[in-house]
Amino acid sequence: MEQKDKPILLDVDGLSVSFATDRGPVRAVSDVSFRVHEGEILSIVGESGSGKSVTLLSLLGLHDRKTTQVQGAVSFRGQHLLDLPASRMRAIRGKEIGLISQDPMTALTPVYTIGWQIAEQIRAHEAISARAARKRAIELLGEVGLSNPGEAVDRYPHQLSGGMRQRAVIAMALSCNPALLVADEPTTALDVTVQAQVLDLILRLRKDFGSAIILITHDMGVVAEVADEVAVMYAGRIVERGRTEQLFSAPMHPYTWGLMASIPPLSGARLPRLRSIPGMPPTPETIPPGCGFAPRCAFVQPACAEPPPLHRAGDQAALCIIDDTERPALRRAALPLEETP
Amino acid sequence: MTDASNTVLNDPALPTAVAARPASGPWQRSWRILKRDRATLLAAAVLILIILSSLAAPFYARYVSGTDPFRSNLSARITIDGKRTKVMQASTEGLGLGVTPIGPTWSAQYMLGADTQGRDVAARLLYGGRNSLLIAASSTAICLFFAAVVGISAGFFGGVVDKVLSRILDILWAFPVYLLAISLSIVFISQGIVIGPVEITGDSLLLPIFIIGIIYVPYVARPVRGRVLSLKESEFVLAARGLGIPAWRILVYDILPNVSTMLIVFVPLMMGLNIITESSLSFLSIGVQAPDASWGTIIQDGQTLLYTRPAVALAPGIAIVLTVLSLNVLGDSLRDALDPRTKLV
Amino acid sequence: MVFAVLQRIGQMIFVMFGISALVFLIFFATPGSDPAARLAGRNASPETVEAVRKEFGFDRPLPVQYAIMMKRLFITQDLTSFVNRGYKIVPAVASAAPVTLSLVAGAAILWLIGGVFVGVVAALTRDSWIDRGLMALALIGVSMPVYWLGEVMNLVTQSRFHDTWLFSWVPALGYKPLLVDPVGWFKTLIIPWFTLAVLYIGIYGRVLRANLVEAYQEDFIRTARAKGLSPARVMIRHALRTSLIPFVTMFGLDFGVLVGGAALLTEVVFSLNGVGRLTYQALLNLDLPMILGTVMYASFFVVLANALVDVVYVLIDPRVRAD
Repeated sequence: MEQKDKPILLDVDGLSVSFATDRGPVRAVSDVSFRVHEGEILSIVGESGSGKSVTLLSLLGLHDRKTTQVQGAVSFRGQHLLDLPASRMRAIRGKEIGLISQDPMTALTPVYTIGWQIAEQIRAHEAISARAARKRAIELLGEVGLSNPGEAVDRYPHQLSGGMRQRAVIAMALSCNPALLVADEPTTALDVTVQAQVLDLILRLRKDFGSAIILITHDMGVVAEVADEVAVMYAGRIVERGRTEQLFSAPMHPYTWGLMASIPPLSGARLPRLRSIPGMPPTPETIPPGCGFAPRCAFVQPACAEPPPLHRAGDQAALCIIDDTERPALRRAALPLEETP
Repeated sequence: MTDASNTVLNDPALPTAVAARPASGPWQRSWRILKRDRATLLAAAVLILIILSSLAAPFYARYVSGTDPFRSNLSARITIDGKRTKVMQASTEGLGLGVTPIGPTWSAQYMLGADTQGRDVAARLLYGGRNSLLIAASSTAICLFFAAVVGISAGFFGGVVDKVLSRILDILWAFPVYLLAISLSIVFISQGIVIGPVEITGDSLLLPIFIIGIIYVPYVARPVRGRVLSLKESEFVLAARGLGIPAWRILVYDILPNVSTMLIVFVPLMMGLNIITESSLSFLSIGVQAPDASWGTIIQDGQTLLYTRPAVALAPGIAIVLTVLSLNVLGDSLRDALDPRTKLV
Repeated sequence: MVFAVLQRIGQMIFVMFGISALVFLIFFATPGSDPAARLAGRNASPETVEAVRKEFGFDRPLPVQYAIMMKRLFITQDLTSFVNRGYKIVPAVASAAPVTLSLVAGAAILWLIGGVFVGVVAALTRDSWIDRGLMALALIGVSMPVYWLGEVMNLVTQSRFHDTWLFSWVPALGYKPLLVDPVGWFKTLIIPWFTLAVLYIGIYGRVLRANLVEAYQEDFIRTARAKGLSPARVMIRHALRTSLIPFVTMFGLDFGVLVGGAALLTEVVFSLNGVGRLTYQALLNLDLPMILGTVMYASFFVVLANALVDVVYVLIDPRVRAD
């Protein structure tokens, strides 16, 4: 495992996030821990509302401080992000950690040119002239694959297509050579063809810039393609995590099985019906006390009303009552395709 | 697919509060929001108090103040603390010529003093409140009715109807409200209206009611039209149309309920605006006509007494501020509770 | 560009015609109206009324009356008042305009500063007691009739506290021309400015706060914060900058209407002989030439303000700019 030898860039330990509501605090994320090594891609997968975005925004300090309470420890290059004063946090945001938002249509301020917005970020962190910042912006726009960067730099967001805007957002996130890039569903709002291009771009940039990436997505296909490590989130908890190859070859949690079963197979006979997970994910207020997935789980047991134990297999771990002896049989039932290649 | 968690992060109270309690419909939720807000309850209490005391005006005039608030009482005398005093006292200011009405006595008779006609200001304040509230409420009803008719027809039927109505509204928009209100008031109050057998005299309360009811129609019709247009394009209406549901059913079951919450939110806001408009017209003596009173006419009566008997002008002004403030508070929380999108510009 | 300007001028003429025609109709064609009888007075004999009718030309067809009046107003500019014979309309409006402009311009500066301050501070301290206090004050400002506030200000500064150090500087009511007596101009207008501005500070502060709170829910604000910008920069360059776009429309229209005469209540209370007061007195006297003159003046400013708003819109919102 050569990747494991790289130093740890981000260490999240026991992160919990609660919102104040009109009926008291509600916990949206509980006890989430993960690590990102330098240059590595961690993918956080889960359905809408599973707490993926909340987790990342709160460790970047982008949550609403009045209504949101964040607990736990987040260490980035030895600095405890949650305890940093706001001004120190600002020096890290945008410089050492870049954010790529989900929807490029709304992620850019509509009244400024792309170049102005990129230069604004560069000049917030580096003492360089406006002219030099603009030159950098043009270079960056070229690197993210805009065909005519010298012209695009003076364009307003509404004058660009969705794919071009997302490239501009990526160029902006990369403008200060961040050590960590946080991408919140970067391809969800784009056309399928553009999705692939943007994904390729992110992969290529990782090579060129050497940034580690946290990629939030609900698309298992994207995960399989790009991630080194995977964390599966459900109802505010990481229910399973592991290296991508391992997790895809031997998933441990029934929720992961459900996610994988819902990918249409590329080859073989066409399925009469695509499998889906029955029911809806809970809102933060309705997460059950024991295993969050129990109400939708096909293998639910009485013991699931209690907090589930952590099972490990090498680097892989899952929060589920199902133990190593019964797992293979149940997995075969849930994922018949996996066993018949 | 969009990720709901972003919205949750930004405003946790909204989406989760609805989802968590399937039993609580929008009305229960609205009621909860209204009830929680102490300012709203206070505003409602103040408003009810003002309405009740206005309704009690005849009782007050008859049993408490004991004078006719619509007739001059220049030679009246009253007893305060066992002493007989004239209502109109010899002036002590300037050359000592003329008379000054009695100031606030803080007792039953002439509690807030007298105006230049020797009339009891407190009693007139209550009667004035009746007229102010009556005019504001009636003109609000007229305004919302016409605005709803115009806005819904323009928005729902579109085409020629929309073009014609929108053009007319555009011209009225360019016509400054104050100019429209004042010119209509002056003309009608000086000569009344005669339409066939119906004759409305210049001092009728109906005139300010209709004038104030009409002038704000364009300002309410426009947002109503906008809402109807956006509803018409909304997915549930498109779906209903796709199912072949007739237009009138869509209008009655999908459009009207949506527009009516919007109109309900407008009620207190428009009432507040109308109270101020009525009082301004009355202050310019082209609203409620003497000997009738409204809060605006009392402020006008008090203008000449401003430096000697400020209570005459101050009291009705405070009544206006309290009433309009309560209405605005109610309007704000009604909007938050029912229809957060509504904006009155 | 030329086309846009021509279109604007066409629109201006259309609106000014529409408004003047409407006023004309309100005065001449409403049921039961007889301008000659009104001008002759309540107890005039039929002969007098008939004489008045002849003299003022009320016996001619309405369009002819309208055309003659417009010609004398705009082309020969010798239209005179019905009430004060020989009193010319155009110079009267021209001498009232600077008073109104002084009043409204000063108030506008106050209310812009005040409105932006209230909106920004309330949005930054959202849900705190500062926010609630500012919003309560703004709501009180919106709920106060401006003429009553003016009277209270007069009571305080001209009478009750006039002899104290606080308000002894306040001069008697009236207007002093800027070029003749700049200090007096400033002193006489400061209380009217404040009075007129209070309502608008309330409205603008509330609208701006709502816009800013909405803007802070937007993705681009999150992007701006993720870029590591300071909170002040996020507020001013991103949230405030985008929220100003609807703000500009409101300001343009309010300013235009006020300069056109809508500040008449403030002018009446503070004895400022501005356009609003002129309009009001003309209306009270049913002085039709003066009414038409002031109404033309008012609609000119309303349309001008609309045109300026459109220009400023293009300058501040790239989305409406043509590529």
